[in-house]
Formats: sequence, C-alpha cells, structure tokens
Amino acid sequence: MASEGFIPSYETGTEWLRAGGQASDVVMSSRVRLARNLAGWRFGHKAGHGDRQKVLEICRDRIAAAGLSSVGAQSSSAPSTPPQVMWIDLRESPPIERQLLVERHLISKQHSKGKPLPDLKSGDIETTDPRGVAVALPDERLSIMVNEEDHLRIQAVRGGLALAEAWADADRADDLLESKLDFAYSPRFGYLTCCPTNVGTGVRMSLMLHLPALKLTGSIEKVKRAASDMNLAVRGFYGEGSEAAGDFYQISNQTTLGKSEEAILNDLAGQIIPKIVEYERKERRDLISKRGAALEDQVYRALGLLTHARLLTAEESMQMLSHVRLGVVMGLVSDVDLATVNALMLLTQPAHLQRVMGTDLDQEQRRAARAQLIRRRLLKTT
Amino acid sequence: MKCDKCDNEATVHEMIVKGGVKTERHLCEHCARELGLNPGGATLGQLITKFVVAPQGQPLAPAGKPAPARPTPPTTCRGCGTTFPDFKQTGRVGCSECYTTFEPQLGPLLERAHEGATHHVGKRPTRWEERSARAEADSARRERVDDLRRRLEQAVMAEQYEAAAVLRDELRKIESQGTV
Repeated sequence: MASEGFIPSYETGTEWLRAGGQASDVVMSSRVRLARNLAGWRFGHKAGHGDRQKVLEICRDRIAAAGLSSVGAQSSSAPSTPPQVMWIDLRESPPIERQLLVERHLISKQHSKGKPLPDLKSGDIETTDPRGVAVALPDERLSIMVNEEDHLRIQAVRGGLALAEAWADADRADDLLESKLDFAYSPRFGYLTCCPTNVGTGVRMSLMLHLPALKLTGSIEKVKRAASDMNLAVRGFYGEGSEAAGDFYQISNQTTLGKSEEAILNDLAGQIIPKIVEYERKERRDLISKRGAALEDQVYRALGLLTHARLLTAEESMQMLSHVRLGVVMGLVSDVDLATVNALMLLTQPAHLQRVMGTDLDQEQRRAARAQLIRRRLLKTT
Repeated sequence: MKCDKCDNEATVHEMIVKGGVKTERHLCEHCARELGLNPGGATLGQLITKFVVAPQGQPLAPAGKPAPARPTPPTTCRGCGTTFPDFKQTGRVGCSECYTTFEPQLGPLLERAHEGATHHVGKRPTRWEERSARAEADSARRERVDDLRRRLEQAVMAEQYEAAAVLRDELRKIESQGTV
C-alpha cells in the first residue's frame, strides 16, 4: 500500500465527476457506504487513545493485505497508472490536504477534524486523534475511512446511475476485509454500528442528482415530500446539514434494518431514481417548449457571468455552473463540454483552487483566482 | 408554498384519498399542531423520548394501587459503561454489548426508526457464520464427552467392563479430534 505523496491526479482522478455513465444528464454519481466495526473493541467515542491507535493499526494492516486494488474495473481515463491503494494518516496531513479530501468526498468533515478523546483532554485533536483513510487509485472508486464514527466506513462510488456497480464494489471490498477481520455482528440486529440508525446492513446508498428544472418550477418540494414518505433522506452537495448548492441533491436510504441490500438497491435504482430522472427530464422539456427563451437567457447569463466576472464566491460559481451544466446537457450550449463543467465544480472549491494555483490564498484572493480559473477553462485559454 | 391557515411557509403536507376524491392540506408546523397533525414525523431523539423514556416515567397503575412488578431493564453496559441515559443524550451506543444490554429498550425504538423491522435481513459475515458453527460443534462435542464420561463411570461402578472399554475407546476418539 502506497503512502507517499498525495492524490497525484487531483485534477482528473475522481470517479464521481466523470462525465458519462447512465443518465448522467441528471445523475452525477452513485455511492454506497458500509459501516463496519471490529468485534471485541469499543466503538470510537468510547475508546481511549490507545485502543483507537490499535484499531487503526489493525485496520490499516488488513486493508493493505486485502488485495483491494482489484476491486472495480480500472478506469479508462488513466489506463497507464497501475491500480493501488494509498494510505493517508490524517494526523500527519496538513489542513489543506484534509480539506482536499473532504471536497473530493473521500472523508467527512468530522473525520478531517478528528474527535476529542476521553483520555486526552488537551492537545491538538487534529494531529493526535488516530484516524486515516485508504484511497484506491487512480480513480478513487473505493475509499475506506478508519476510526470515523465506526471503525470502518467503506465507500464505493461510480459516475452516473450505476448503483448496482457501486454496491458490487463495496460488497467485494467488504468480503475481502471480512476474510481478515471479525466484524461486530448479531443475528437479530445485523452489523452493529455506533449509531443505531445504521444498524442491520450498515448500508447507505445515495445518488447525487442535478435537479435544476425541478428546482426552477418548484416541483422539487413534491420530490422531497415523496422521498420523505418513502423514508429516504434528501441532503445537499456535501451531505448532512449542507445546502443544496447548485441544485444538487443527494437522495439516500434511511432504513437499514429488516431490508436487504438488494431490496434497498432495487427500490432506489429500479424504482425511485428513474422516476425522479424522468420527472426532471419532463420538466426540462416543458421549460424548453413553454419558456425556452427565458431558459436560454438564464443559461447564457450564467455563462456570461462566469466568463467575465473578476471575483466569484464558491456558492455563486456553483449556482452559475449549475445553470451552464443544464444548458450543456440540453444542447443549448455547444462550445463547453460536460467534463469541463463537472471539473470546475470541484476545482473551484477552496482547497482545490489553492492546489491548482499552487499557492496559499486568503478568501479575497480565492475569489479572484476562482474567477480567473473559470474564465480560462471556459474560454479555453491558458 | 404558503400555509392554508396563515402566511407561514407550509412544511406539513397531508393528502387523503377518499372514495376516489383527493384532498390536500398544506400547513405550517404551528397550524398543523393546532389541528392535531403530527408535523415532521418523529426524529430518533423524539422516538427515544416518546416510545422508550415516557412509558417508564409514567405511573404504571392508577394512584393508590401498587404498580405491577416487572423486571427492570439494565441501565449500564458491562462492556463499556455506557448508561441508557448516555445513549438517550448522544444517540450512540458504546460497544457491541450495548445492543445486548439495552435490547429491551432498543428493540421497540429500532422498530419505529426502521419501518417496523425487528430483525436483520441481508448480508451476514462469513467468518461470523463459521465462528458460530464452530462454537455449536464445540458445544455438541462437549455435551457428548460429558455424557460418555458419565456412562463410563456408571459402567465401571456396575463392573460392566466390556461396555466400559467400548465407552472409553469412543471417548478417546472424540477427545483426540479436538480440545473440548
């Protein structure tokens, strides 16, 4: 398992921004997360530093030995890079690198910060709390957080509507790890998790959807109500508690007990998500036929702003890129490709922006740099 | 969308289909409460309070009559020291054993939080299955050995040496197959 360097392909690597894949006009990505704990060890918040360190070492060594680089087919975008699993000890990562991982959806904000330990009241939590993440390269389809809320959080992600493939990857990674580790399990409650809302399968299947037409017409409220009735959670771009930036919504299952992984998969990928996709497409068609000029105006105003503004906040960029994305997938804009728009959504986030520019930037400098980067990419100048 | 009763944003939506006729109500949380609707569904925290804590806090029988005796569920986990009030406060358990310790309280709570489910359905860890199969086999062998020893003792006491020799050989055979 490699541990040197850090996300070498930060600009292109991540699977979830890859343009293409089924229903990619609406579905950005499909994600499956499994919560697992080691039998015989206390859960994270009840464990002292020593125990968390031991759990970290056990998990890190088993992940290294599990042959996880074979999970999932290799991405065609980087065929020359051999698949490998990179281990990142977050205690040793500078804040900007941890932020980079958060922006790439490889770790949670909570995991970036670490948690206060019962036996270590003082000191810097970020540099002392034993925690890490393993990331499968080159395409980051698989990642495993160690010592987050649960001992292991296995995550598999695919671009577009490909929940079955993401589940197959997560399931395979789980099998490989389980051949080397004893997981906490009970016949009644299934896989035992720190929070009982995850107990049972420990699975969270989620889809990142781009729903600008449903947002524009107000029908998004109906979707939210229907999702809530079906016990599904609707969240924003960066998960729990985040706003629906740029009309992106994450829809995921909440029930984890008494329902098999296949049943959850079939409900979401076979029933619910195709209906939402179809609803969004219908609203897009209606917008074109009934309010075509207004829609085109909105798309081109956004494009005009992005190609001329000199200062841009992350929020404004996301919203404008969302409008442009809609224009691109509806064929209203021909000289901008989807991959560029998707990449800009990630590269304009604070840590990525500083990495692309190669220097530390304060908030005001970031606004200027963000506007500059977007102009260059959209106008294809260097 | 505005509330049907006032100018607040409607956050509670009710749809009733009766005799093929659909009626809808869109209300803010305040008006919904006044009309007796349960706005927002129940959060985990609410479920804990409503379904687990409240029944225990309420008198079990009318005043003056003694409450019927019933076993008190354990409140502290032996595995990690988590108490049920700790769980109520954080929404998190401390170790695997908490699920056994607090099973009487957690069972109904999980049922409400997971659409009425009481038992796990889905993937099981292979190693766990192997472990439990091994534990079952060990336990069966232990019982068999105990039984043979008892019968051997009885045979010796009754001076049935031929039968005792057969039992002794069988015992040796089982014991040589693994530790018991």
